[in-house]
Amino acid sequence: MTTEQIDQLKHKAKEIRIATLKSLAAAGSGHTGGSLGMADVMAVLYFHSMKYRSKEPLWPQRDRLLLSIGHIAPVLYSSLALAGFFSVDELANLRKLGSRLQGHPGRDRGLPGIELSAGSLGQGLSVAVGMALAAKHQKQNYTIYAILGDGELQEGSIWEAAMSAGHYHLDNLIALVDRNGVQIDGSTEDVMALEPLNEKWTAFGWHVINCDGNDIKSLIEAYDNALLCHTKPSVIIAHTTMGKGVPEIEGDYHWHGKAPNTQQLKRFLNSMLQ
Amino acid sequence: MEEGISMKSFINKGNRSTKVGFGEGIKYAAEHNDKIIGLGSDITTSVGMNIFSEAFPERFYSLGIAEQNAIGVAAGMALSGLLPVFSTYAVFSSMRTLDQIRVSLCYNNLHVIIGGAHSGISVGPDGATHQALEDISALRALPNITLISPCDSSQTKVATIKAIETIDGPVYIRYGRESMPDFTDERQDFVIGESQLMKEGMDIAIIASGHLVWESLLAADKLKQHGFEARVINMHTIKPIDKQAIIKAAKECACILTAEEHQITGGLGSAVAEVVVKEFSVPMSFVGMPNCFGESGKARDLLDKYGMNADTIFAKAVKLIKRKNQ
Repeated sequence: MTTEQIDQLKHKAKEIRIATLKSLAAAGSGHTGGSLGMADVMAVLYFHSMKYRSKEPLWPQRDRLLLSIGHIAPVLYSSLALAGFFSVDELANLRKLGSRLQGHPGRDRGLPGIELSAGSLGQGLSVAVGMALAAKHQKQNYTIYAILGDGELQEGSIWEAAMSAGHYHLDNLIALVDRNGVQIDGSTEDVMALEPLNEKWTAFGWHVINCDGNDIKSLIEAYDNALLCHTKPSVIIAHTTMGKGVPEIEGDYHWHGKAPNTQQLKRFLNSMLQ
Repeated sequence: MEEGISMKSFINKGNRSTKVGFGEGIKYAAEHNDKIIGLGSDITTSVGMNIFSEAFPERFYSLGIAEQNAIGVAAGMALSGLLPVFSTYAVFSSMRTLDQIRVSLCYNNLHVIIGGAHSGISVGPDGATHQALEDISALRALPNITLISPCDSSQTKVATIKAIETIDGPVYIRYGRESMPDFTDERQDFVIGESQLMKEGMDIAIIASGHLVWESLLAADKLKQHGFEARVINMHTIKPIDKQAIIKAAKECACILTAEEHQITGGLGSAVAEVVVKEFSVPMSFVGMPNCFGESGKARDLLDKYGMNADTIFAKAVKLIKRKNQ
């Protein structure tokens, strides 16, 4: 990976953040903190790691991305639009009546690139396990990515899914945990402690990788590491900062579930250009 | 259950569990469709899935005692072009998994077959925890789902095959454990969403599902001895419900009694009442579990104690006919 390629991905992450902020401001509601925090992860997935055809969204050999934390849909929509699945202009329809860009992803709306209607926490990893098992059963070689939140790991069904992925040695499955350390009521460790997290996943039969989820190079190394594991499923614990990219709100969990107003949008975009 | 009871049009070919029909149905369909995959939660033989898993071991995946995950796995498989069939005890497959069924299956509108085994109070000695009497109520409000409660083992086989071959969306098939009269033919005309007229009559319409269809036929025989002709309708599909048959029954019989091995609240009776109230209001009465939990006991004793038998259907029918004629 050359410095130039890394710079291109950094630029792509910035484009994703800008598009995400604009769509959230247009919607007037939505989840800003987590969406911004995951922009680097999405940039690397959609512009480096994943195989797909944006003009043939149901291409059978594509890699699948399941957003179990459906509430950060804005960053998924921005990434898909910038990757060419649909027009960037449509991002302005986020959360509007009749829109294809639902508050949480809805397949029934026919938005290209949406693999799963999701948003009730704790379900996406099970669906990913089903897809990974199906791929093995059908002798297909694509990879399934499941994006999970750290607070979401408090759901018991996640560990049912983790157990089954370990049991079937699903090396075609990569779970990605947005480890920003916060949830709506505060720190994950205060609300319901997740640590020791590495040991939990290891005990369930997973290959565990930690990385800086807001650093392109660190993310690429983590994905490459995961793809090289051919004996078990991999989990990338991506340490991120909620609100990353907008200094004014970085790390502030109050921005978990609200959108910027017009003045804030202007200020946020200005601060990103500096 | 006493075997060999003969009706005018229906003969009990011998008692048989509906779970056998479910297992045979999957196996039959799987012989013609290699997309069918079985998913199990430990109690494979108890729920009749062993008939499939023994025939197609390479197409069966054990997922352990983790039903919520099983529904998600089924969703992932369906999204990948396979046709998963998952069954466990109905208390778990319908209610522990309710949010997974709602979002991962129904909202995504995926063709997955869910078996609700050991349904009803006739599961018997295991007691209240394992007697699924609320599964239809819990699932009936969900968009996109099809709910089927076949009347006997033969029909369960046919319904399972039809659910696999003719529906494109989530399907829940409710079946039981106890051997019960098997009185329909495997070559029957069976269309999901279209009820079956089991016996003609104009004094009352008895609309039943599951094991209580046979009990309703027995009750209709007794009613005949008392000079009443009861129409008996097998409402095997509870969602989508056969509105036309209900409206016709309301107009021609002028009173409707429903019978189900399920809580009265929210089940078949409620589904029928919703149509009656909106389309053609007539007096109604309900046979089913009276808003309480069950207990341990033999299937027959429990059905009798909680009033889900031919005698109760008969008694409520007589009362309803009198009310109609007032």
